[in-house]
Amino acid sequence: MDWSKVMPESILVLTHADESGSSLTKGSLEAVTAGKEMAAKLRTTLTIGIFAENSCSAARSLSGLTARVFAVSGEAFRQARYATDAAACEVLCKSAQPTIVFAPQSSRMARVAAGFSHRVGGNVDTHITSIGGENRIEVTRWLYRQRIEAAITRTARPWILLVEGGVYSAFEGNDDTVAVEEIAIELPQLRTTVIGSRAPAQDAQTIRPDASMLFVAGAGWTKKQPDGQTHAAEAGDLILSFLKNTGASLGSSKSLVDQGGDGQLVLPFLTHMNQVGQTGSTPRHPKGLASCCHGEEPHVVGWRFINERRAISLDANCGWARGKADVVYVADAFKVMAKVNELLASRA
Amino acid sequence: MSPHIVVCAGIVPDPLQTLEPIVGPNGPALKNEMMLPSVLDPWAASALYEGANLVAKTSGSRLWLVSLGPKAKLQQVMMTIAQKVSFELIAVDSASNGFADATTTATALACAITAIPDLDRSKLLLFGGWESASRGAGVTLQTIGELLGVVDQFMGVDQIDMREDGSFEVLERVEGGKHQVSVCAGTPAVLGWATGNLPEPRNNPQIGMANMRTVIPALQKAKQTAIGNDGQQFLSATLPSQQRQTRVVKDMAPDAIAQELVEWIGAK
Repeated sequence: MDWSKVMPESILVLTHADESGSSLTKGSLEAVTAGKEMAAKLRTTLTIGIFAENSCSAARSLSGLTARVFAVSGEAFRQARYATDAAACEVLCKSAQPTIVFAPQSSRMARVAAGFSHRVGGNVDTHITSIGGENRIEVTRWLYRQRIEAAITRTARPWILLVEGGVYSAFEGNDDTVAVEEIAIELPQLRTTVIGSRAPAQDAQTIRPDASMLFVAGAGWTKKQPDGQTHAAEAGDLILSFLKNTGASLGSSKSLVDQGGDGQLVLPFLTHMNQVGQTGSTPRHPKGLASCCHGEEPHVVGWRFINERRAISLDANCGWARGKADVVYVADAFKVMAKVNELLASRA
Repeated sequence: MSPHIVVCAGIVPDPLQTLEPIVGPNGPALKNEMMLPSVLDPWAASALYEGANLVAKTSGSRLWLVSLGPKAKLQQVMMTIAQKVSFELIAVDSASNGFADATTTATALACAITAIPDLDRSKLLLFGGWESASRGAGVTLQTIGELLGVVDQFMGVDQIDMREDGSFEVLERVEGGKHQVSVCAGTPAVLGWATGNLPEPRNNPQIGMANMRTVIPALQKAKQTAIGNDGQQFLSATLPSQQRQTRVVKDMAPDAIAQELVEWIGAK
């Protein structure tokens, strides 16, 4: 269908640089692909907006793209901060006058999307997992923490859409110079100073968003074992060895993380950042292995975007066995994981 | 510096409940929505506990809980929450769920906050969850901040450390399991909380009784507010097909399971 006769749209893709300040993030380049595909479908123009310390350098990854490129640049945009980023998005949006805005669902964009949407009189929808429709733009997103999937549309414009990572492939430019139109910006008085970033206090970084596997540890790791004793130290060693051998990302159930606050035995490398599920994150990995967790609904929602799922549990009737995992091994995770680590180490 | 902390917290169905979307007269809704037991939105509850902790450490500070939802449901949730920490309730009576529009919800909440008589907005710390467990968009709190003219906003907050000069350090979640560390010169500011670092406080009947002196009157005078959809149209709302054909493996030796798992995991 020729959408251009149905609704005259114009598209802006908002992008930002990574920590280097001079390269666009992968999520930004995925949003560029979303914008490019939609512009082709609607037969409309595409504009890219960049906010970065060095926008000209960041724009090089857009070479080969047929689009106008607007940018705001400067030291103030080196780091993510609400006041500066919201002002940048606002001025880019007002310069491009789009009806549809795509942006990546990054922590940086998520912090300001609603704020600048309010300033430009727009509507915003986040966590978009698909964009389609026949005679209008329709998007899907999840509600109730990945328990209900909804398709929505809006008539009001501008409509700002934050697109989840992995929905589109990243745009691949040919690293050439791109004509960038610098937009003047007047910044508000800055009261917030970004000092830097800090990894959680743990021996090693266990959260790895790009890992091919998610390993989730449940509260069973710190419970009494058949000998009547707890073996938290051994559990910790087994889990960390597995992560080292596989490069997997570590998730945890809420109950295991909460044990620290309740004064019970804990795995010292776990923080609330590792928590997946209803009150934690919903990571995206091709494979997931659950161990010592029962797999009930609040936990399983954290697995919504894990493709292949296996679980090790002592309970043959646990939630994992009722259609939530592909395979459930009814076994002692201590014994299984010890052997798994042995095999993986021998293959290394 | 004695901050005036306002916590925006909605109510959501208990996570253990099964949810089923239906088509109601005003668009999608949850089946038997009014029958489902509710809880305070989990990330917003973290904000409430962190706010109460901050108030307890800072003399002269105050804590308000602003909550929008059906009055009967709010009353049910307050019976539990009121036993955990001390607060002053500002209730807004409205049908609200995950299908409601965030912008109109934010406008209603901003109006309620503006009407708090003793609130000094120069001392305001606006707390809430960085996303709700219903709509899960992360839009409402930012919009309230904009409506109140607060341009220092932090999302995915796990920690705030107040300093003697009135400034504070904030840890926000960013990609890769890291925190971004920022220092804000002082109030007013908006903080959308993630999990924080505090455990859920134990129920304390004495706190509950003290809170009820203000909670019940606040519920009684809760202003009825209609939440519009602001041009948002739901085309469908469905449950995901989540049933898998699970292979349950019993009586397999750990060595054999390990072998199978290693083959499944594949190369590093």
